[in-house]
Amino acid sequence: MPGLGTSFGRGGATTAPSDLLNSDAILIMGSNMAENHPVGFQWVVEARERGTQVIHVDPRFSRTSAMANIWAPLRSGSDILFLGGLIHYVLENGKDFREYVIHYTNASFILPEDFKDTEDLGGVFSGWDAKNKKYDASSWLYEGCAEGGKAVARHNAPHSGHCKYGAGTAADLIDCKRDLTLDHPRCVYQVLKRHFARYTPELVERFCGVSQERFLKIADTFCSASGPEKTGAICYALGWTQQSKGPQIIRAAAILQLLLGNMGRPGGGILALRGHASIQGSTDIPTLYDILPGYLPMPNLGLDSQSLADYVAKHRDKTGWWWNFDKYIVSLLKAYYGEAGSRENEWGFNWLPRVIGDHSHQGYFLEMLDGKIEGLFVMGQNPAVAGPNSRVERKALAKLKWLVVRDLVELETASFWQDSPEVERGELKPEEIGTEVFLLPAAGHAEKDGCFTNTQRLLQWHQKAVDPPGDARSETWFMYHLGRRLKEKAKQDPRPRNAGLNALTWDYSLEGKLQEPSVEEILQEINGYTVADRRLVSGFGELKADGSTACGCWIYSGVFPRPDENRANQRCSRDLLGHGWGFAWPADRRILYNRASARPDGRPWSERKKLVWWDENKKEWTGLDVPDFTRTKAPDYQPPNNACGDDALAGDKPFILHPDGTGWIWAPKGLADGPLPTHYESLESPVCNPLYPGQQSNPAALKEERSENQYASSPDERFPYVMSTYRLTEHHTSGAMSRMLPHLAELQPEFFCEISPELAAERGVENGGWVTIMTPRGIVEARALVTPRMWPLLINGKMVHQIGVPYHWGYRGLVKGDSANDLVAISEEPNVRIMEAKGILCNLSPGRRAQGKAALDELNFFLGGS
Amino acid sequence: MPISAFLTDPSVCIGCKACEVACKEWNQIPDDGFEWYGQSYDNTHALGASTWRHVLFLEQKQPMGSQLAGTDEPFRWQFLSDVCKHCANAGCLEACPTGAIVRTEIGSVYVQPDVCNGCGYCIVSCPFGVIDRRSTEGLAFKCTFCYDRQAAGLMPACAKACPTQSIQFGEINDLRQRAKTRVEQLQQRGYEDAQVYDPQQTSVGGIHAFFVILGKPEEYNFPPAPQVPTIHLKTAWTYALASAAALLLVVCGAFFL
Repeated sequence: MPGLGTSFGRGGATTAPSDLLNSDAILIMGSNMAENHPVGFQWVVEARERGTQVIHVDPRFSRTSAMANIWAPLRSGSDILFLGGLIHYVLENGKDFREYVIHYTNASFILPEDFKDTEDLGGVFSGWDAKNKKYDASSWLYEGCAEGGKAVARHNAPHSGHCKYGAGTAADLIDCKRDLTLDHPRCVYQVLKRHFARYTPELVERFCGVSQERFLKIADTFCSASGPEKTGAICYALGWTQQSKGPQIIRAAAILQLLLGNMGRPGGGILALRGHASIQGSTDIPTLYDILPGYLPMPNLGLDSQSLADYVAKHRDKTGWWWNFDKYIVSLLKAYYGEAGSRENEWGFNWLPRVIGDHSHQGYFLEMLDGKIEGLFVMGQNPAVAGPNSRVERKALAKLKWLVVRDLVELETASFWQDSPEVERGELKPEEIGTEVFLLPAAGHAEKDGCFTNTQRLLQWHQKAVDPPGDARSETWFMYHLGRRLKEKAKQDPRPRNAGLNALTWDYSLEGKLQEPSVEEILQEINGYTVADRRLVSGFGELKADGSTACGCWIYSGVFPRPDENRANQRCSRDLLGHGWGFAWPADRRILYNRASARPDGRPWSERKKLVWWDENKKEWTGLDVPDFTRTKAPDYQPPNNACGDDALAGDKPFILHPDGTGWIWAPKGLADGPLPTHYESLESPVCNPLYPGQQSNPAALKEERSENQYASSPDERFPYVMSTYRLTEHHTSGAMSRMLPHLAELQPEFFCEISPELAAERGVENGGWVTIMTPRGIVEARALVTPRMWPLLINGKMVHQIGVPYHWGYRGLVKGDSANDLVAISEEPNVRIMEAKGILCNLSPGRRAQGKAALDELNFFLGGS
Repeated sequence: MPISAFLTDPSVCIGCKACEVACKEWNQIPDDGFEWYGQSYDNTHALGASTWRHVLFLEQKQPMGSQLAGTDEPFRWQFLSDVCKHCANAGCLEACPTGAIVRTEIGSVYVQPDVCNGCGYCIVSCPFGVIDRRSTEGLAFKCTFCYDRQAAGLMPACAKACPTQSIQFGEINDLRQRAKTRVEQLQQRGYEDAQVYDPQQTSVGGIHAFFVILGKPEEYNFPPAPQVPTIHLKTAWTYALASAAALLLVVCGAFFL
């Protein structure tokens, strides 16, 4: 989550859904919260009942729009234009919360003369290397910082987006020039003003499709709900992230919230809505290839040095919280390697694997297609219908030697070899596929103990209700016993390649007749302990860099402070923010950066919006939440010369993870595609970029163009319609957990697409009839749901039709249908490597597609015939 | 025991269908077929033997209070979770010849599957079209008001699952008061067509599952004046007797002529 990480310091939602009750306005954009987060949406409904203005901006009129006070349609992919329009509105009308902006953001910092904006260079920032399609970000650092010796932000690693929450490599950013009047022409505030000068209501109307009247109503409503007495929140989800510029859209929202002074305050913040029960957990303790637990970067071969000392030097900020970087990596290595790690072998640093390329989902599936990968474990995922360009993913699976699928049912990924469309179309022949598929039954969530980390960074423990049936086992059981067997084999073979595996601690107690490893012990290891006496630590403050502590994930430290106190299992909520229920990382803080809820002098901004404040008598921070600040650091604290770490940040610097302690309106480092968000069209678009005719889409995004992964041109008369994929309440992602259940399958039993009555009339489609949808990647058929909830938009004088395509179906289950992901391209956003599934171009025609092999002929004829 | 009731308030319903699923899970009801209807997001179509909660999706070209929704013309999308009304005078109960349908101590109307003989008289006697016969068993089924849960002190599954309290459960007089207050509140907020749907003036005599609706009952497939078919009994029998008497007269007269 580098969008939030670079802006504020941590890659997680800054608040909790229940806190939306405190909001005076809620802007939901890039999210269909009512449908995909119905339980969390109860707070939005209740807030609306109490008078909060709920605004939904989305291409479709969804169940969220139905509950909003104001809805505005938006052309898919024009989010930065819209948010830029709001930023422009704030700056032009002097609506920013000036005292907050001056003290708590980097608006006053001066930028170097050699920085050039996209407005100067026709769509790229200074530092663009057109040959290698990468930025050299040195001109983005504040003036006076760039020449500080090691203080050079490095973006040479193409896959560092997640590390340190996107904060990039170390840089000295503390002693920089500032102009607190915000008048200096090169201060961030003035640069921002110039950068967004063209994002006028007229431009928003012409290219987003939102009328000026509706736009200004939204701008006024949201801005009026901000200030000392009021706060507004922004909620987003995959409508923003699944774009070739996702993190930059989130950055635009962050800039808006910093300008309006909405961060760190009750009812404010940015709520990143995560789409699965523990998807926040799976970035904290990552299933990602480029980070280690707690957002520590995975070392890169060649880029990161080969010694721990150099790795630490590269990533440890001299000022701010990341000064503690060495404590966290050494404690992690100590948890991994135990007694085998020592000061001499750098705690086993060189046993860590190295990143040698793009190992993201997109990247490794393309490598698989090229025959470079032998085997694959698939757990909790269904790439055969859920991955982008699923046709490619299914063909890639056929190139493997072995494939292990662990799931509740035999899903499409396990059966691709016998019933995928490629088999039906003759592209794959079962007798010629060499992949050996192992399908193993998995335990459901009620059949195992464990811990979820949900959308609000909240760890919640869950207990097993029943034993799993038959041979079904938990993931923990599988990983533990697989590891145990691999270690037994490795022990017989002491080659250097096995040294790491041999050194790995792997000693959890086994429980019950199934020999299930103790999940509580695992959470205790994650919490951290002192090595000498295995005493559990009370929090990350106790961690040390001398090998005396071990900790599996520093941000979770404190979740299990005593053997009898599993705080994830707390079930006694004391207040609206839920203290007493579960454990929110870090340190049970529910609203992040909450120092900003008080004035620079430590008093609350207002009685109505008080949260955390300085108690002059006790000389400490106190309030309604756990202070996200050093408890005894006074508001007027000024750091001594040459102070390091948190001591180097003054008492009015709430964003303690950042080396300068401020919220970043300007991102001096950490992002691969620019210090400010700027509007680029999607990789496929019906219009040319209105701002930069020479720079159509995000220059740093990768299209991975090849014969199996082609793109339409922008615009393309063969593919005139804009489509986005999405989810419905009734199903879960690829449908593997819902299409097999009769009570869910019957609620949305067929693959359909949503189109406007105008488009239906234009193409001769009837409600309930069949349509064929084509992109350069694939061809699918769906039932047509003709509905006035879809509106055509007038974009730059031309009518643009948008199509909605839910992606829940596949070739197995009680209800079946084509997979919408056959249509999506494999593309990579430069920071997080996500594909673009919103705002792609397609064709739509009435009637069913050809069946069997003829479907491919139909697609090829269409592609080649025009 | 107190008489219990449902108050369903579509103005806070988000159309998630959790009520439908919770009902089926708790009561172990089979699926109702996998048919896609193309009617907004409604694919369970109607209440029936295997659908005891049904969420209606209404796409209407009308404004919703002060909501800014449509672009050129007003638009609103409403969701309403329909259910058996558990009428004060229940047509199904009165029509049942076997005594399978009974009134419980909580005021609900309950079908006893072990007594039902599948005659189907109840089906045509329900003024709301709620009860139906399941083809696999041949017996009539409808909402039980989660009698088993209520007997154990639990609220019905649908109300328990509802994330936004669109389905409220409680004592009938409390809920009638709450419905009245809610309508006043909505009217003050600009929802001028808000009203309670609870036909107390007709022969149904009021229902135990009432609704706060916007606009006319017909838009939600609710009869504006539902009647229990048995009110026609007196006139029907009178006419029948009169006809029989007339026929007798004619027959007898024929002998004298």
